[in-house]
Amino acid sequence: MSNKLKVSLSPHVHSGDSVRRNMDWVVVALLPAMLWSFYVFGLGAVIVTATSVASCIFFEWAINKFILRNSRTTISDGSAIVTGLLLAFNLPSNLPLYIIIIGALVAMGIGKMPFGGLGNNIFNPALVGRVFLLISFPVKMTTWPVPHQMTAYADAVTAATPLADLQQAGLGDLFFGNVGGSLGEVSVLLLLVGFVILLVAKVISWHIPVSILCSAFVFSVIFYVLQGKMPFADICLLSLKHLCAGGMMLGAIFMATDYVTSPMTHKGMVIYGLCIGFLVVCIRLFGSYPEGMSFAILIMNGFTPLINNACKPNRFAKEVKK
Amino acid sequence: MNVILVAVIALGVLGLVLAAVLFLIAKKFAVEEDPRITQVAEVLPQANCGGCGFPGCSGFAEACVKAAGTGSLEGKLCPVGGQEVMEKVAGILGLTAEAGEQKVAVVRCNGTCANRPRTVQYDGVRSCRIAHNTAGGETGCFYGCLGCGDCVAACTFGAIHMNPETGLPEVDETKCTACGACAKACPRNIIELRPMGKKGRRMVVRCVNKEKGPVAKKACAAACIGCGKCVKTCEFEAITLENNLAYIDPAKCRLCRKCEEACPQGSIVAMNFPPRKPKAEVPPTPKAAEAPAAPQTEAAPQAEPVKIIIPTVETAPKASENQSV
Amino acid sequence: MKTFRIGGVHPKENKLSAGKKIEVMDLPKQAVFPLSQHIGAPAVPCVAKGDLVKVGTKIADAGGFVSSPIFSSVSGKVAKIDAVIDASGYRKPAIIIDVEGDEWEPTIDRSTTLVHDTPLEPKEIVAKIQASGIVGMGGACFPTHVKLSPRTPVDVIIINAVECEPYLTADHSLMMEKAEEILIGVNLIMKATGVKKAYIAIENNKPDAIALMQEKAKGFAGIEVCPLRVRYPQGGEKQLIDAVVGRQVPNPPGLPADVGAIVQNVGTAFAIYEAVMKNKPLFERVVTVTGKGVAEPKNLLTRMGTPMSLLIEKAGGMPEDTGKVIGGGPMMGKALLNADVPVCKGSSGILLMTEKESLRGEEQPCIRCAKCVSACPMGLEPYLLQKLSEHAEWGRAEAEQIMTCIECGCCQFTCPANRPLLDWIRMGKGTVGGIIRARAAK
Repeated sequence: MSNKLKVSLSPHVHSGDSVRRNMDWVVVALLPAMLWSFYVFGLGAVIVTATSVASCIFFEWAINKFILRNSRTTISDGSAIVTGLLLAFNLPSNLPLYIIIIGALVAMGIGKMPFGGLGNNIFNPALVGRVFLLISFPVKMTTWPVPHQMTAYADAVTAATPLADLQQAGLGDLFFGNVGGSLGEVSVLLLLVGFVILLVAKVISWHIPVSILCSAFVFSVIFYVLQGKMPFADICLLSLKHLCAGGMMLGAIFMATDYVTSPMTHKGMVIYGLCIGFLVVCIRLFGSYPEGMSFAILIMNGFTPLINNACKPNRFAKEVKK
Repeated sequence: MNVILVAVIALGVLGLVLAAVLFLIAKKFAVEEDPRITQVAEVLPQANCGGCGFPGCSGFAEACVKAAGTGSLEGKLCPVGGQEVMEKVAGILGLTAEAGEQKVAVVRCNGTCANRPRTVQYDGVRSCRIAHNTAGGETGCFYGCLGCGDCVAACTFGAIHMNPETGLPEVDETKCTACGACAKACPRNIIELRPMGKKGRRMVVRCVNKEKGPVAKKACAAACIGCGKCVKTCEFEAITLENNLAYIDPAKCRLCRKCEEACPQGSIVAMNFPPRKPKAEVPPTPKAAEAPAAPQTEAAPQAEPVKIIIPTVETAPKASENQSV
Repeated sequence: MKTFRIGGVHPKENKLSAGKKIEVMDLPKQAVFPLSQHIGAPAVPCVAKGDLVKVGTKIADAGGFVSSPIFSSVSGKVAKIDAVIDASGYRKPAIIIDVEGDEWEPTIDRSTTLVHDTPLEPKEIVAKIQASGIVGMGGACFPTHVKLSPRTPVDVIIINAVECEPYLTADHSLMMEKAEEILIGVNLIMKATGVKKAYIAIENNKPDAIALMQEKAKGFAGIEVCPLRVRYPQGGEKQLIDAVVGRQVPNPPGLPADVGAIVQNVGTAFAIYEAVMKNKPLFERVVTVTGKGVAEPKNLLTRMGTPMSLLIEKAGGMPEDTGKVIGGGPMMGKALLNADVPVCKGSSGILLMTEKESLRGEEQPCIRCAKCVSACPMGLEPYLLQKLSEHAEWGRAEAEQIMTCIECGCCQFTCPANRPLLDWIRMGKGTVGGIIRARAAK
């Protein structure tokens, strides 16, 4: 035997799971919606996505190398790619390049790296970037191109979000993604396909998305009923449209489930999801912004440590014996 | 105007009420503290190393003030501040400080990479405590340094660092305050706090291996094999042999260096002595400055000027000659 | 199909030696018997250098109630009592015997005829088990007579034939060849403890063993086979009781007997049969020699004290690219310092891992994916316990119930960031345990 025996404590085998594998599956799950956005928004979508991913990777690398001076690069874990994609999914397809780059810089430079990089950030970096842009460039961030302008980029014809007048939008159009909006949030169907992929690959559990969607639906029904302006059937339809419109699906499936910023136990995940659903409906119905998903998730990100402290897993032998 | 007036009055009243509440609470829950505790704490180094055996500097200050009631500061020593600080403390408390002995951390393992060939590869967390739990270590010696640097991490003064060549920690004696954090961190009790000695000179058995001679020798070229030659050589009964391991009592040692010559393994090391002539007749405290630096080892690199740090491999005879790794 | 309720993982089973007949291992030239082969006080040698011993001669007495005597597995002369490297990775005292011939103690019944009944009273059975040096054969090596003297009434015996560790097949092969002996052994345990009901828990990746045991168990009143869904760590005592009868053993110092259950390994049941019915003390056991690089993975009936290198030789020799030799299974086994470690009472297997398999992946920062929390069969938060141990926050670690960790390794197995969670938790557990003991001593 030429080499020395290795000695370490058990376990001596590993599941083979890796950070990279999880990130890769998230990218795969995002692919259907991304391709659809390319189809719907054409060239603009491609430019926005490419810029966002490239600048996220660049900023992570640059911050690591020049500011933190870490010898080890963290690009290879794939988290920067995911952040870049998610950021792009939250942007309209006619956004000027410099704004995208600012968004990526904020996402990485404020949302992620100052906390110590992957695993230590309190808030979802992509959402930090998006909210920063939303506050800084409110007009550019909320005028979305009308679908199917293949070669248009900065000169695309724009329209307001369907959320501004939800009663007019068709549920089918919302579901299949025939509306204007940010890149990744238009096709609910393909986002659900992504959800199934994530579930099958065991990257996430069902708890957060399902609890967000249920709670958003229930609370919007309650609030509309309390307003008492519409028949119940219409309220239900409108609430369903709420689930399909804007960033609800994208947020529930891909943003709120971000490992780092979501709670650790299933109990905690459900509480986290329910609160997000409630906050979204509040912001959408009573707030000054038409969309509330990003804010709702960021607010609950802040509560995650508290939820972790409050919700412990079911300990073995906690229940009374026999 | 009216609005402003109402606001000012309202806030003013609120402020007064809250101030009264705060005042009452502060009175009611005030903690009576001996003012001398703060004074004592102020002269302490505030390193909070715990070397004194109390929880941090404030804990030590409290203990000192308490001890002042009994009229003596006996047994209380801030290892970091040393005598100087203890005198100040005694001054505050109106007592006289007793002379303490300056100590220093000594690494009692000379199992360098050359002396102690690796037999297996440890593939766990780089932590001595975990490595110690895993198995006997990477070499055949189950008593010696594990080389993961828990002591380095424990030192708050930057006085100990790993030498990448030897794989052993080295103490910087100018920085070491003998707080004992490294000794506590070492799962194998290799690091000992020993008296500094005159001019920093002291004799140390740099081995803690309690195995029988052949086993220890096989594991490490610099291991104490428990042969007892040093015990016979010593004229002052300073060396004891227990569990196949020699130990030099610093209180009895007169620094004659005879044991160093007697040791067939080179595990007894004279620290901070000037280099001496080959076969010097009366070794202790010669002015050997004019002697050409010629250590008795073949493998040693040409003796460097003596620094005030622990010598490493230099004193080990036949270091890497017969080792086929 | 039944299984335990919280957590668990499913590592690749890799039962390479499944279905292989048990082969008898050759005698070694020298046999080594470490004095601490069990949990509790080390045994005290009762032979001296130069003494002649036979197969089955007692060579060391139990060092207390929670301890166990040791019997020679060979005939020959005691060469010396010296320290040798054992499976713990340290040098521990051991009796070394030079083998000469193969002469057995005349009291041992070497025939293979089944003995069904014994006139012994329950207390005498336990005494016989104690005197025969029987300990838990699953790997923990807890002296069996202690378990069979519970402090609270017990109403169910569970025989652990789960073998949830990947690779290992020793228990499986034993069931296939010694089914009836095992069942008689189970009957003896039931008689010794006065319990009327016993379950034999087998994971459903061993359908042949389930079928055979079910068939044979028809002849025994009160013994039932309980098939379980494959899931690690089902062979853990607490998980097994939860899976079979749905009771959860309270946290330490709670014992299985507190919920009315006793768990015994299937190998132990066989050893009890041999000890009580055949008067044969515990000195040999089935050992699986396996690994991806091993030419012929085997189940070997081995005399204790045989160096593991001989078993490896028998299985086709040590492969060139061996990176790790593990005593036991890959999830809880111990990496050995060399292959000359002797086979002991708890050695269920020898696993050779290739160089590539044996190196751990690069440690990355925790991404808080919560997979360790979902995998933990004790409902703990391994990521948190690891951080607390690393930062020496012992008080919080104790509050987060670090002491209930069973060190199964599910957390570290499942961690995508390759974090050495269990290394730290184990260290923290040791430290917190020391703090608790010190507090209790005050």
